Amino acid sequence: MIVELGHYALILALLVALLQGVLPLVGAHRHNWHWQSLARPAAVLQFLLITLSFAALAYAFQANDFSVLYVAEHSNTRLPAMYRFAAVWGGHEGSLLLWLELLAVWTVSVALFSRQMPLAMVARVISVLGLISTGFLLFVLTTSNPFERLFPIPLEGKDLNPLLQDPGLVIHPPMLYMGYVGFSVAFAFAIAALLAGRLDVTWARWSRPWTLVAWVFLSFGIGLGSWWAYTELGWGGWWFWDPVENASLMPWLCGTALIHSLMVTEKRGSFKAWTVLLAISAFSLSLLGTFLVRSGVLNSVHAFASDPTRGVFILIFLAVVVGSSLSLFAWRAGAVSLGGEMAWVSRESVLLANSVLLVVATAAVLLGTLYPMVIDALNLGKLSVGPPYFDTVFVPLMVPVFFLMVLGVRARWRASTLQEWLHPLRRVGVLSLLTGALVAAYLGWSWGVALGMALGAWVVFGTLEPAIERLRKPGRIPLSFYAMHCAHLGMAMVLIGVTLVKGYELEKDVRIAAGDTITLGGYTFALQKVTEVPGPNYVAKRAEVLVTRDGQTVTTLFPEKRRYPSSAMPMTEAAIDTNLWRDLYVSLGEPLNNPAQEWSMRFYIKPFLSWIWLGVLMMVLGGLLGVSDRRYRRAAAVPLPAGATAA
Amino acid sequence: MRKIILLPLILFVLLLGFLAIGLRRDPHEIPSPLVNRVAPPFSLSTLQPEQALFSPEAMRGKVWMLNVWATWCAACQEEHPVLVSFAQEGLVPLVGLSYKEVQAADAPEGKPFTPEAKLALARQRSLAWLRAKGDPYSLVAMDLDGRVGIDYGVYGVPETYVIDKQGVIRYKQIGAVTPAVLAEKIRPLIQELNRS
Repeated sequence: MIVELGHYALILALLVALLQGVLPLVGAHRHNWHWQSLARPAAVLQFLLITLSFAALAYAFQANDFSVLYVAEHSNTRLPAMYRFAAVWGGHEGSLLLWLELLAVWTVSVALFSRQMPLAMVARVISVLGLISTGFLLFVLTTSNPFERLFPIPLEGKDLNPLLQDPGLVIHPPMLYMGYVGFSVAFAFAIAALLAGRLDVTWARWSRPWTLVAWVFLSFGIGLGSWWAYTELGWGGWWFWDPVENASLMPWLCGTALIHSLMVTEKRGSFKAWTVLLAISAFSLSLLGTFLVRSGVLNSVHAFASDPTRGVFILIFLAVVVGSSLSLFAWRAGAVSLGGEMAWVSRESVLLANSVLLVVATAAVLLGTLYPMVIDALNLGKLSVGPPYFDTVFVPLMVPVFFLMVLGVRARWRASTLQEWLHPLRRVGVLSLLTGALVAAYLGWSWGVALGMALGAWVVFGTLEPAIERLRKPGRIPLSFYAMHCAHLGMAMVLIGVTLVKGYELEKDVRIAAGDTITLGGYTFALQKVTEVPGPNYVAKRAEVLVTRDGQTVTTLFPEKRRYPSSAMPMTEAAIDTNLWRDLYVSLGEPLNNPAQEWSMRFYIKPFLSWIWLGVLMMVLGGLLGVSDRRYRRAAAVPLPAGATAA
Repeated sequence: MRKIILLPLILFVLLLGFLAIGLRRDPHEIPSPLVNRVAPPFSLSTLQPEQALFSPEAMRGKVWMLNVWATWCAACQEEHPVLVSFAQEGLVPLVGLSYKEVQAADAPEGKPFTPEAKLALARQRSLAWLRAKGDPYSLVAMDLDGRVGIDYGVYGVPETYVIDKQGVIRYKQIGAVTPAVLAEKIRPLIQELNRS
């Protein structure tokens, strides 16, 4: 009964979404106040309906209602309650419902927090979001209904994929989707502005906080996914250039360009067309990511059960959404003025350069991701594109991005003289070159490490120096100032972490029996014993590894190999000891004889790995600080005093 | 009018075209470099201890199929009934290749297998399996250590090869043979090969 209620709510939501997508838009065009004012109530109603539907599915999971096909496929009576909730988005149908739910959350937030915006703008934005929602509702209802019943009713469900039974995976998809879906708001603002023919400064100001929030969620979501892969897959890797990882990285790169470009548009009224294009691209790439994951056109570890009809549907949806918005762009953006003049040496020129670099990097990732498919489509053979391509192409593009980051912060709006721009950076430049050379020389020379460390130091010193200078001066410092520096330092931490891990990680693959010891990088690992430990819905073999250094006990690690009887799938649970300077990482492999006396085991020492996660957290914190800046809570009618903000 | 603003749209349409074509392809389908090459030679014991060693040479002049399987392989369980009913038609001989039937971990406590013991155990298990589920094979060659599997580029069980009268591999099926694969790919190919 409750399940049917959820289904009906979803159908009603489709009708409301259609109303929400059409009436306010037409109303805004015809200056019909009544139709425009339908936008907010429709958004709220749609949110309630989709939430009801989502709750109904969650209820079916909690109640172990295996008469629902989706529940039977993705849950099990022995699955812990937390994972029974997360299982709602553990498969294709439910994760689309999550997509819809989050879109509704974003839409209702726009409806509630847009009091200072003119009604016509609100109406257009909510309408565009309504149209997107219509598309996804149609998709769910026609090809991927999570409420489908099953008969005869099985006694037991098939269980959630053990890979997904991890706390990180409980929050990773919602965070990532919040980011993906969040770009739909920036997209809706851009389309609304194009439709209204008002690509102006206010448009940029309104969409900035929304875009930033979406970016924060996406950064956090990607970070979580990477952290999960690191702890859960047992290969010690944290980024694999997998098509689906790339699908999340592309909107992130594009979104990063967008938040910076929006800033220029707001402050200086320039790059309007470019900013709109970025807003359209960021969301289009999110949709493309959805297509890549759902249609099975690419090989990926994330591959959901693929279904050609679903692929066709998303492809058509993609064509309609992106095609129409790019056509609108081509039609309207031609008339947009280029805005304020730009001097060669100015903050906007540096930001534009970085923006272009980020877009090129996005295109490079897109090319690498789709290349196997394109080559196959042209009948030129089968191939796969791996890390060597991405490393070769991505790194040279990121080097200037990091370099320019500091120059951008240092430069003024409008125009700087070369003298006042570069002079203060001499010290930073020399210091960072020295740092790079010293670190690489001390730890074992490698040009890559020297370059990476020099760049990292360049960003750290280049960010800290002007920050300290500014803090010494009197006057209130806006939050956005801290926001920018925090995020940039986070980026530097990621760079330093990646450089040192890539440069100096140690790895040992061994055949080991209880009582044996191995040494790696000054640490001694002793396998004490392997015992069997029961879990709630699995049985684990747990190894006890004592780690010592110079005779001092460092820690004891307990890597596990879990077997989930419901799916007969073995899972590796790596044991990691983390501190700021290094991760000790041990993963238990397969038994090599019967009964098991010897095991295959992997040991890694990964220097500075935690800096990657800390860096992501710093970026997220930076984003949150930026959103909290009080100017976003002021009425838009109040003009910003010139020079009130640093970023 | 600045024409450059049409560029994103044009690029997107191009991308859409590729996506549409890509949708009809299966990225998991990997062509084997062995297709249209002579089937690698080998010589192996078979399931019956009294039988002579089997070598693909013996099948010269016939169109035949080689099916790689093992009793521990889950997908083989699903495939098996399909093969049994296919074999009943008597269209072509189906030779089994029992792949790594016995694993090192199966050894009794602490003692590694002798080759003879390994072969005996593999035969015993395979025969029991075939007795229970039906035997589609005209004979089964025992690839105990997986060496022949390496020559044939086996990377997952089950796999099936169609080999022509000249001993050339004409088709490779990775994963289970399904009625659809039989109808769409294997049967038409066999008919064509039998005609030539």
